[in-house]
Order: sequence, then C-alpha cells, then structure tokens
Amino acid sequence: MTELKRIIKAGFINFSRGGLVSFAALLVVTITLSVITAIILLQVVLYSSLNIIKDKVDVTIYFTVGAPEDKIMALKESLEKLPEVANISYTSSEQALKLFRDRHENDYSTIAALDEIGVNPLGAYLNVKAREISQYESIANFMKGDNALVLGAVPIIDKVNYHQNKLVIDRLNSIISGAQKLGFIVTLILVIISIIITFNTIRLTIFISKEEIGVMRLVGASKMRVRGPFMIEGAIYGIIATFATLILFYPATAWLGRNMTGFLGLNIYDYYLENFFQIFAIILLSGILLGVISSFLAVRKYLNK
Amino acid sequence: MIYFNNVTKAYKDGLALDDVTFTIATGEFVSIVGHSGAGKTTLTKMILADDIPTDGTVFFESIDIHKLKNKDLTKLRRRIGVVFQDFKLLPNKTAYENIAFAMEAVGKTDEEIASDVPHVLELVDLGNRTRHFPNQMSGGEQQRLAIARAIINQPELIIADEPTGNLDGVNTHEIVQILKKINDLGTTVILATHNRGIIDSVDKRVITMENGKIIRDTKHHK
Repeated sequence: MTELKRIIKAGFINFSRGGLVSFAALLVVTITLSVITAIILLQVVLYSSLNIIKDKVDVTIYFTVGAPEDKIMALKESLEKLPEVANISYTSSEQALKLFRDRHENDYSTIAALDEIGVNPLGAYLNVKAREISQYESIANFMKGDNALVLGAVPIIDKVNYHQNKLVIDRLNSIISGAQKLGFIVTLILVIISIIITFNTIRLTIFISKEEIGVMRLVGASKMRVRGPFMIEGAIYGIIATFATLILFYPATAWLGRNMTGFLGLNIYDYYLENFFQIFAIILLSGILLGVISSFLAVRKYLNK
Repeated sequence: MIYFNNVTKAYKDGLALDDVTFTIATGEFVSIVGHSGAGKTTLTKMILADDIPTDGTVFFESIDIHKLKNKDLTKLRRRIGVVFQDFKLLPNKTAYENIAFAMEAVGKTDEEIASDVPHVLELVDLGNRTRHFPNQMSGGEQQRLAIARAIINQPELIIADEPTGNLDGVNTHEIVQILKKINDLGTTVILATHNRGIIDSVDKRVITMENGKIIRDTKHHK
C-alpha cells in the first residue's frame, strides 16, 4: 500500500518536473486522441449518410386498377412474414389519387386531364423496405414465385419497379459496402500511425531517464518501483490529454453543427453532446492504455540491461 | 566476508582479471590500487554481480554471487552500498529525495525516512542542501550525497570506485575521512583508486593490481 502510494506520488512529481518533455509528450498524446475522436465522428457521419441513402431505396409493387383489396392485403401479410422485410406501407387507389392531385396541384393541364377521365386511373400500391439493400433481390424473387401473384385468373400486379431500379440498387449496394470497408481500413491505419508516434515519443521521454533507471536498480529498487512511476506518468498524460481533446472538440463540433449540418446530414454538435460520456469513456480509456502500455514497454528495455 | 577464488574475466581485448584470489574480512578497510585498466573496476563489478566471471567464483559470505536469481540479487545489492566516480545520483530528485528513494527501495516506512534522512545529510555536512537538485551542487557535495545514500540503509559493505576521481584535493580528503569514519563504525569498505596519495592518508590494507593480477597485498605502512 505504501509502495503504491509512493509510486503514484513519484509519478506526479516526475510529471511536474518533466517540464518541456512532459509538455511535448502531452501534446502528442492529445493529437493522437484527437485523431481517434475525429475518426469516431467521421464514422458517425459516414454511417448516417449511408443510412440516409439506404432509406431512400425501396421497392414499390403497383397493382392493377380495381384489384381487390383483400387480395392485396393477403400479399401484404405474406410479405410481412419475410425476415428481410423491414416495413410495408399500403396506399389505396383513392390515396394514390389524392397524392397525385396534391403533387400536381399547380399543374393545371394534368388536373384537367384527370377530371376529364372521370374515373380513378390509378391503382393501389405497396411500398416495401428491406432491412438491407442486398435483400431486395430475394424479396423480388419471392413475389415472382408467390401464389399471391396468380390468385384468380386475372393477375393483380401491374408492375414491380425493382427490376427498373436493380442497377441503381446494386451499384449503391457495392458503393456502400466499399465505403464501409475503406472507412475501416483508413481508421485502422490512422489509429496505428498515431499509436506508433505516441509510443515513440514516450519512449524518448524515458530514454532521457535511462541512466536514472540503472541507478535506481543499483540502489536496490524493485522492477515495479522503477517502472511504476513511469506508468503513472503515462496515465497522467492520457488523462490530461483526454480533457484537452474533449475541450478542443467542443468548439470544433459546435462550428460544424452550426455550419455543416446540411452537408453532413446530421448535427455533429448534438451528436457530440448526446454521446459525450461514451466518447469520454472511449478516449479516456484509449489515452490511459496508450500512456501506460507505452511506458511499460519503454522502461522494460532499460530494466533488463 | 568476500572471497575471490581463482577469478578470471576475459573480454574480447584481453584479460581484465587473471586468476585473482583473495579474501576480505568483515570490518576491514581495503584499498585496491592500480593504473586505469588494471582491473579495479572489473573487480568491484564482480562483487555487485554487475558482470559475470569467465572462470572462478565470488562469494559474499556463504552466497555464490553469480548463481543468484534476479530477485535475490536485488536483496544482495541492498546489503552493499556503492559510491561511483560519476556519483550516479538521480538528477530529477532533490538531495533529500535521492536518499529517501534508497530507503523506499528497501521498504522503510515514512517515519523512518523522515527521521533518518536529515540525520545522514547532517552527517555528510549537507544539512543545508536538502532541497537542492544534484546539478545545483558542487562535485564534492554530490559525492558526499552519494556516500550518504550508500550508507543510509546500514549496508555491511561499502564499495567506492574511484570516488575522488572527479574531485580536487580538499574534497578528496573530506571523502576519504568520511569513508574512514564509516569504517570505524564497523562497516567493511573497499576503496578502488589510482591515487597513491589517498592510500597513504588511509594507512590500511592495500591490494595492488596490474594487468588483471594482484601483484602486492600488504598492510600499508607509511
């Protein structure tokens, strides 16, 4: 217990006496943690834009005019049983007509033509959303093979727009999965580079103390007694850098939230505040681990001499 | 207390120790003299297990030093106080903290540290330098601090390797007097030096080395 207390105290004293070297190490750890925070926010932006795009993809099943509603409902029910289907919305032919009129309310000639016909020329339709973009194919296949399509002698389905949209959907699907993979690889590389830079900086700060480590051992200090204060110092770097990083990101995300929300598709500032404690925990943990492990490894080199 | 049995140490460029055999009894003050490269430092390193012999054995009482495991070696080193030519103080610690660290290393309590450190600093005449860092002290002061650190845990043996090599005449004399005083209090002292003048002022047993061999082992007479 006394040992632990002394180690912690020595760590704080080393840090405060480190001067410029401590400051430089602190700066590097702060930069690393900023990179990690920026990557977290970037991933959020990437995923939210991908989700917005994904959300715009759907398949619509258009029914023939006058198709009986109970048959449409039967199809809807059997589609809802598919695990791939996220949700289905039904639009009756009356609603379709109303939506059409609303959409064209300023288009006089179209409305006039519609009034001229007298009857509702629009059929009902089902709007199907899948959980994943890649699942539209199997939903479309289901409809091809399902009995619902051939109920009665007269087919009730006019057309399914999946096949028109197939090319776009497929391309979008590959872009999205590519973007996710690329995002992951870039993240990994950036994080690894930051960690290496931090590790080397901390190693340099300990290199300065390498004679000291030898002397401590000669005086009879245990390995832990020599190593401990350096690890505490590393943890202190991590903790202070965490606060510095989170404080830096406050005005940065506020600016992004105010000026870039439209472009990014979500308000980064809101996200930052809503998930503040989660981000705080991730950054703090990364910072402390980075500092402690780097110090541990760096001291080991001189301890075993 | 210390037994060297036919110890040989070969480096790439020749023999640093060549079949060295001698014994040091508890309470002795032994000076080891010789030119640079005669093997004095290698000899002291053997006792600290800072280096291993090519051949032969070194015993500290009944312990074969070079068969010790890392943990036991730490324990052995705590029984030996060492003073170096280049002081080897902890540069980021004050005089007080340098001594306190050596006490912490062997597990002394805070109370013991608080009572012993000022006392030993007073003993080497550094009572007014407790809050100074080594680089704020003169060479003589640094060496006295190093001696204070070496004796703080009441070691059974003090090894001083060229302790006066970086010091002027007045400081040299002071250091030697301190070492003699420590010896008078019962601690065995091994003093390695190339300075004949020091040995004359000590007037104790002298082991003279040349090219890794002991060429003379005498009780010194003026």
